[in-house]
Amino acid sequence: MSAISRDEVAHLSRLARIEMTDSELDHLASELDLILGAVARVQEVAGADVPPTSHPLPLQNVFRPDVVTPSLTAAESLSGAPASAEQRFKVPQILGDAE
Amino acid sequence: MALNYDQAIAAYDPTLGLEVHVELNTNSKMFCGCATEFGAEPNTQTCPVCLGLPGSLPAVNGKAIESSILIGLALNCSIAPFSRFARKNYFYPDMPKNFQTSQFDEPICVNGYLDVEIETDEGTKVFRIDIERVHMEEDTGKSLHVGGSTGRIHGAEYSLLDYNRAGIPLVEIVTKIIPNTGKYAPLVARAYVTELRDILRSLGVSDVKMEQGSLRCDANVSLAPAGSGQLGTRSETKNVNSLRSVERAVSGEIERQANRLQNGERIVQETRHFLEESGQTRPGRSKEQAEDYRYFPEPDLVPVAPDAAWIEELRATLPEKPSIRRKRLKIEWAVPDKEMASMVNAELLDTVEETVLLGSDPTKARSWWLGEISRLANEKEVAPTSLITPIQVAEVIALIASGELTDKLARQVVEGVINGEGTPQQVIDARGLKVVSDDSALMVAIEAAIASQPETAERIRGGNIPAAGALIGAVMKATGGQADAAKVRELLLKHLGQG
Ligand SMILES: [Zn+2]
Repeated sequence: MSAISRDEVAHLSRLARIEMTDSELDHLASELDLILGAVARVQEVAGADVPPTSHPLPLQNVFRPDVVTPSLTAAESLSGAPASAEQRFKVPQILGDAE
Repeated sequence: MALNYDQAIAAYDPTLGLEVHVELNTNSKMFCGCATEFGAEPNTQTCPVCLGLPGSLPAVNGKAIESSILIGLALNCSIAPFSRFARKNYFYPDMPKNFQTSQFDEPICVNGYLDVEIETDEGTKVFRIDIERVHMEEDTGKSLHVGGSTGRIHGAEYSLLDYNRAGIPLVEIVTKIIPNTGKYAPLVARAYVTELRDILRSLGVSDVKMEQGSLRCDANVSLAPAGSGQLGTRSETKNVNSLRSVERAVSGEIERQANRLQNGERIVQETRHFLEESGQTRPGRSKEQAEDYRYFPEPDLVPVAPDAAWIEELRATLPEKPSIRRKRLKIEWAVPDKEMASMVNAELLDTVEETVLLGSDPTKARSWWLGEISRLANEKEVAPTSLITPIQVAEVIALIASGELTDKLARQVVEGVINGEGTPQQVIDARGLKVVSDDSALMVAIEAAIASQPETAERIRGGNIPAAGALIGAVMKATGGQADAAKVRELLLKHLGQG
């Protein structure tokens, strides 16, 4: 029983906006299946007494004081942008509405 | 035949759901130290963290956590002993990281409620609005769509992004479904957002300026055949930016959906945009396909686990609830309902209270702020509080009470203060607006008035007291209105043997 189907890979590629050919989908489905299989084995080791973790460090409540620190200048911020105009990041036509 | 609102409500039961986004008024952003000032030059409040540059790491603003807990407590929520941030992944350039740091299945506050009151023909009605969750997230950048005619996305050639707003702490407050409001649905929606705004303001956690977008409401509306007890397909009207618009958006959606259903059409599950000018909504993105944001726990942030002591410490600082405060002040000041409502609507309750606390009579404080000062503020299209301070108003009211100013002179003093001529005392000195209370100066004017109208004076001597009005008027005129009319009357009648 495979951990991920070809349809699920196709769905993921759509979500990630990565265009894939049929042969790439076939190839990746089997490759991802192997990776997920390996992860599933780790999951088998964890017993009911091991809570799922999202962070490797046993820390919580790490906060920063509400203090303003210097920002970049607009020129610095925009320096890595492929295009800019009117001191703003310029992006190609947006298809679809805002979230 | 199109259904009007009353016909729509007769045929269908509306169900509401309200999502309110509130920008917190912290000095710095949610996950970085960039400033949060409104109206700064584009992209001057950005850094590697809020621009999502590789290798940058977020750090949670403790004040934002505190504000979120306060909001939860004020809305009678349980504060989660353990909550986490999650990445909400989507492709839209308003978040340069390609995800928004939000909370998903572990929000910081859950299961609260807020009671709202509305005035109806059937008397005051109270609706309990159940709160599903309060969660923390970050605001997005601002897009400017260039090209095309409407400034909208469709037809635009390209878009320009300002990320100053990206990363400002945002709290989302989501209600459970709100059933059984019937024809009052639009009023209940408005009352809820109003009450919520007042609570947030009293907590001091946000500027709550709907016109600047620091408080925004998304209104979900669905209809089901009257009495069916069913739940229809909903639409979600996004970013409604004034209290009046909340009411209009809900009533507009009820009418639109009722007419579709009446014509045998179905309601499409979609987001809609509110059009301020027409009060209508236009369709936006279809939500027929369930969204898949691939939420997963944010690996760069550790969990938030407020301990009970901290929560109780914050609970102890909660201010008086605005609704309770209004009731208290209404009784203390003996204000009629309607006057109270206009004070609240004009957002002058705090200001009037401040003036009263400075020693002014509540009725006088109210009438100055809502009357003359509001009138002048309207003319200048600014807020009354930007023109004059409660201290200055209290000073003017005190000068009237002590007889040093008449109402008429006081209006000139207020006008002078508003025109930037200085404090009330400076305006009085510079304009020479003191009440003429010196008896001898008044007597000169009174004698002159008697000399010019001897027959009237004779009638008064004969006991015709009402005739004194003509002479008092003459004295007031002669002193340029700076005399105290009551004082003039007293001196005049005494002089003519009637005192
Ligand atoms: Zn930043």
